[in-house]
Amino acid sequence: MTLPASLRKCLLFLGVAAVVAYCLAPFGWMLVSSLRRTSDIFDNSPLPSPPSLENYRAVFDPSQAFTRALLNSLVVAGVTTCLALLLATFTAYAMARLEFRLKRLVLTLIIATSMFPVVSIAVPLLKLFVGLGWINTYQAMIVPSMSFTLPLAVWNLTAFFRQLPDDLEQAAMVDGCTRGQAFRRVIVPLAAPGLFTTAIITFIAAWNEFLIALSMTNKPEMQTAPVAISKFSGATRFETPFGSQMAAGVLVTVPLVIVVLLFQRRIVAGLTAGAAK
Amino acid sequence: MAETQTPARPAPPAARSERPTAPARRRRPPRATAGTARLAALLVSPTLLVLGVVVLYPTIVALQQSLYGTRRLDPKTGFVEDSEPFVGLQNFAAIFDEAGSRFWNAFWNTTFLTVTTVLLETLIGVAMALIMHRAFRGRALVRASILIPWAIPTAVTGLLWRWIFHSDGIANALIGHQVLWTTEGFHAKVAVIVADVWKTAPFVGLLVLAGLQVIPDEVYEAARIDGAGVLRRFRHITLPLVKPALLVAVLFRTLDALRMFDLPYILIGAQKTSVETLSMLAQDQAANVRFGPASAYAVLLFVYVFLIALAFVRLLGADIVGDDGKSARRRRRLPRRPQGVAA
Repeated sequence: MTLPASLRKCLLFLGVAAVVAYCLAPFGWMLVSSLRRTSDIFDNSPLPSPPSLENYRAVFDPSQAFTRALLNSLVVAGVTTCLALLLATFTAYAMARLEFRLKRLVLTLIIATSMFPVVSIAVPLLKLFVGLGWINTYQAMIVPSMSFTLPLAVWNLTAFFRQLPDDLEQAAMVDGCTRGQAFRRVIVPLAAPGLFTTAIITFIAAWNEFLIALSMTNKPEMQTAPVAISKFSGATRFETPFGSQMAAGVLVTVPLVIVVLLFQRRIVAGLTAGAAK
Repeated sequence: MAETQTPARPAPPAARSERPTAPARRRRPPRATAGTARLAALLVSPTLLVLGVVVLYPTIVALQQSLYGTRRLDPKTGFVEDSEPFVGLQNFAAIFDEAGSRFWNAFWNTTFLTVTTVLLETLIGVAMALIMHRAFRGRALVRASILIPWAIPTAVTGLLWRWIFHSDGIANALIGHQVLWTTEGFHAKVAVIVADVWKTAPFVGLLVLAGLQVIPDEVYEAARIDGAGVLRRFRHITLPLVKPALLVAVLFRTLDALRMFDLPYILIGAQKTSVETLSMLAQDQAANVRFGPASAYAVLLFVYVFLIALAFVRLLGADIVGDDGKSARRRRRLPRRPQGVAA
């Protein structure tokens, strides 16, 4: 059963086109809808005519506190990523390089925590934070976010460290470095791409978090961007502002899309390192 | 390959003491000496400490909380009581009487959504991986576009699909039929499934693709020479060899789907019977300061997730850790990532 080469090529092309369309069409629709005027938001034409930035202006209207929400997201996701990366680098190094008892158990435990239903953590922490007066604070969102970002980072980095040949450190240590120096001067610079990729993946996970941010805040000025746009209200109470929702969605997504486009190779490598073993 | 990549793991103690020759020793990575153990403990303990605080401690608190009821009005003073009454296992027992119908509804919703989405995602994901594996031109474009659904926040995905499924939206225009997707009913489940599959099937595709790329071409070559057709090659070569990667992808997706929250919450709304999942139920109870029942539901969800994960690891042999220091077979599964995927 062999197809002629030209037909096979054609089928392959159709397949690729289908995959690309599947992935991009809904996102494209969001983009197109965000550029329509409020009056023709229900148009189903493939391109906005005339295109307008009206929705984007509405998003940045001070009453929506959207800029503040973006800033909150940046702080929460940024701090979470830095903390997780710092702790994970040491742990992942031990996992990849040192032999010690219970290693497999420890690694299994760390990875298992990332599979944990977030709500099982959020409910008791919510009660605890209410008691501490932490509601509507950054730490109330950062601390629970560690529960899924830290295992993710450990896992990714372990896979990266494992790929670096042992001989490099051995050589450095033969040349008189201590293990700590070998780690700092040889491993960290070599693992920089891995650290960077892990940072991106961790950041995206933290940026996209919703349940914790929703539960731990009730003031609009402390909400993160995903929560803020889910609560977007229109000029009048009875009309859902689809246009500005789409515009806000685009704005929250675009930074991620740019990062993804720039570093797609690395991200794919990092994602599959964590999983495809 | 295993040997060249990781030069000899430490031998078991008995074997080691028999061969104390210097050259052999130098090529070995550090072994489990007291010094290494101390270093390892130093490096690992901060992570374990943090996870202990943010995961273990809340879990214990949740277990304890689940034994307490909600505050009631004190009949004597007429004020709300200061503390929650201890009710034992009542919160758990409650799922078996009438009040439990909301729990069981959420339980079946969770299960139904998990089974359908994971099934569809696996099918679509594998199909995507097979296409991407063959495609040489436009590979960068495909890879970039496949990452887009993954990168979009789930909250935005929910909004986006709510707009698509709006009564005057594009979905109804395309099918030429008025369906009120985001109202209660089976169609709400369909909307959630479509949105979730869209977002996550490409991720499954990526993981499966990584699995496909470590299969050497020679294996296919040999099978072709032996006269195996496309389907037989798929069944007897591709599937068994890609199984480890696929299993991990399916395990991931299953555990993630079991805790589904954002998508139904935003796409359909809170407290909607048709799509309320266990996570949504627990969060809703907690938001209404009913911490006892909320914790009980959270504990039950946790147990459910744990059992499913255990089943995957035990029955299907999903290997998520991928290293135990002794098995060469496992090692081989570690793909040569950068070369393989980034090609």
